[in-house]
Amino acid sequence: MKKVKVGMATCGISAGAEQIYKILQDSIQKNDIEVELVETGCMGRCFQEVLVEVEDKNQNYLYGNVTPEKINQIIHQHLIDNKPVNQYLALDLNNQSEDQFFQKQKRIVLRNCGIIDPTSIEDYISRGGYQALKKVLKELTPEQVIQEIDSSGLRGRGGGGFPTGMKWSFARKAEGIKKYIICNADEGDPGAFMDRSVLEGDPHSVIEGMIIAGYAIGACLGYIYVRAEYPQAIQKLKTAIEQCHRQNYLGENILNSNFSFDLIIKEGAGAFVCGEETALISSIEGKRGVPRIRPPFPAVKGLWGCPTSINNVETFANISWIILNRADKFSQLGTAKSKGTKVFALAGKIKRSGLVEVPMGITINEIVYEVGGGIINNRQFKAVQMGGPSGGCIPASMGDLKIDYDEITSTGAIMGSGGMIVLDDSNCMVDVAKFFLSFTQNESCGKCTFCRIGTKRMLEILEKICLGQGELEHLDILEDLSYQIKKTSLCGLGQTAPNPVLTTLKYFRDEYLAHIQDHRCPAGVCSALLTYQVNPDLCKGCTLCVKKCPVNAIQGEKGETAYIDQNKCIKCGQCFDVCKFKAIIKN
Amino acid sequence: MKTTPSKKKFKVDLINLKSQQGSLIKLLQSAQETYGYIPEPAIYNISELVGISPAEIYGVITFYSQFRLKPLGKYVIKICEGTACHVNGAREILRAIKNELGIGIDETTDDGLFTMLSVACLGCCSLSPVIMINDKTYGKLTPEKIRSILREYK
Repeated sequence: MKKVKVGMATCGISAGAEQIYKILQDSIQKNDIEVELVETGCMGRCFQEVLVEVEDKNQNYLYGNVTPEKINQIIHQHLIDNKPVNQYLALDLNNQSEDQFFQKQKRIVLRNCGIIDPTSIEDYISRGGYQALKKVLKELTPEQVIQEIDSSGLRGRGGGGFPTGMKWSFARKAEGIKKYIICNADEGDPGAFMDRSVLEGDPHSVIEGMIIAGYAIGACLGYIYVRAEYPQAIQKLKTAIEQCHRQNYLGENILNSNFSFDLIIKEGAGAFVCGEETALISSIEGKRGVPRIRPPFPAVKGLWGCPTSINNVETFANISWIILNRADKFSQLGTAKSKGTKVFALAGKIKRSGLVEVPMGITINEIVYEVGGGIINNRQFKAVQMGGPSGGCIPASMGDLKIDYDEITSTGAIMGSGGMIVLDDSNCMVDVAKFFLSFTQNESCGKCTFCRIGTKRMLEILEKICLGQGELEHLDILEDLSYQIKKTSLCGLGQTAPNPVLTTLKYFRDEYLAHIQDHRCPAGVCSALLTYQVNPDLCKGCTLCVKKCPVNAIQGEKGETAYIDQNKCIKCGQCFDVCKFKAIIKN
Repeated sequence: MKTTPSKKKFKVDLINLKSQQGSLIKLLQSAQETYGYIPEPAIYNISELVGISPAEIYGVITFYSQFRLKPLGKYVIKICEGTACHVNGAREILRAIKNELGIGIDETTDDGLFTMLSVACLGCCSLSPVIMINDKTYGKLTPEKIRSILREYK
């Protein structure tokens, strides 16, 4: 019997997966077709949503960019007449570079994403789910579990890269009657959706990792702190937790052992700083999410004053794989100090944007050109932005850089949680720096003076530069402020907030200079530095721009070529947007 | 009246959660779910039951971007200002909405139909630029597309 899977993670639904699912459901019923229809999580190829996969006699056919018209044809031709619709297949089999998308990847965290039905615990179990938990409870002491994770070399995937085994051993050794495990799913970086996809596509892998962590440190309760902006992930987690209670993977005396553990979901209320562990703890306690001084570290004094271990979604999703496949198999992957794999959310100006998982040690060029298929419209690759607002821009000239915590840190960027935004020559680096700084400035909790006021001053300077009012000494002030903010901030937000500015100043200083000295934005992004003109060859004299201009800067009668008065023009770009003949030129 | 059962929900949550540790954010979320925003009387209600001062509750409300003290329009437009949307032209989308509706971020149209909010990232980066109107997501937008989408709601 054929099995039909529809990718129903947030990306898929946004692209219209629910409608496709409904059409499939109705047609299967109406035509009495013998197929099993299931929903699944993110398949990774987000650029081709909606994705529908047909499993037919041990062969898989993946259809991409599925529309209602296409699905009807697939139903009739493939599901009824058994003839795959080759022209709608997502993978172009004649294009060799398509193979690279899969060959370069190694799936540990995403092992079940897009394959199983995330609402079915049976699906998870059929692929080895909860075997690791059974093994841990029957055969290993908590110390042995920590030892195994420690020797695997797993480092925190939230961005900091702290060794997970060491974190657990601190919490294990800390004294306290009550201990807690927290899963940090407050994925706040703009441009990152790894944790969301894992929670939506394979919630049990995270839950199993948390239960094992609870056993290892001796905790009786775990919290999953999820962004409220991820309603689907929350729903999937709720279902999964319920299923675990029914099958005794959660609750009292799990699988007839002496170990009891339970999980609570906490919905975040939208504050980027809550991704910082002490701020997150304050937020779970129902307070303003303001960080506090460390030490004492959460491993000693965390939630409600008890020893607490906080790990990221992706870290937890690695745990059961390491227990089942042993630490040495995990540590074979990667570089000397960064083991295993890393999930990246590839987005921006890249052809195959989506969710990918690659072994550590792969180069940036391999990710961009081989996994990602290169730049959209074959424009020029300029930089990758890694680590979101805490990270930095790595220029294309450093494309041979290996994905490794320490190597990336040496560039001034950070590994971060896995957002990777690819930029091309139409992106202005000053504008990118301004974008991230306005984000951190807005999200600063206000506790530390330099983070609160320093970022504001930096943002003002960047705004001036983008308006063409910058001065050379501004660059020195920016650098000076950056170091002061890094030095005097309490938490990671402030300590890393200047990174986007520092890295762009380091690698793209000429763009800053072009803005300041030549009053020119090389990428054509900063609107104050642009001029709008009418191309007389293309202008049809429709006068739409004349009517739309809010300051009456455009003159022209019907049938005549329009003219823009540069002294009056406020560069709002409305004429450029409304012109149907592309007759307005932006310089 | 459609809202009656949910108003009851806030009252029930108040009673159930008042003695639970760290329940303030949960209660505020419940109040907002019920009323669409957090009305002043709700702050005093919560304060009395959980024993936290109204000033401190106000501090928590203004700290988190999810909470609002003013009612929203019938259609809430959330414009994604994530990195991928930003580099793929979110500002042109914002400008198109501003021109079409005459409102900026955090503003509501005079007829109470639309409120525009900005969000850090909707997590659909492959479909950028993206906006959400109530629960529906629209991706791969252009200024023309957004204008015709908005006209459907008017």
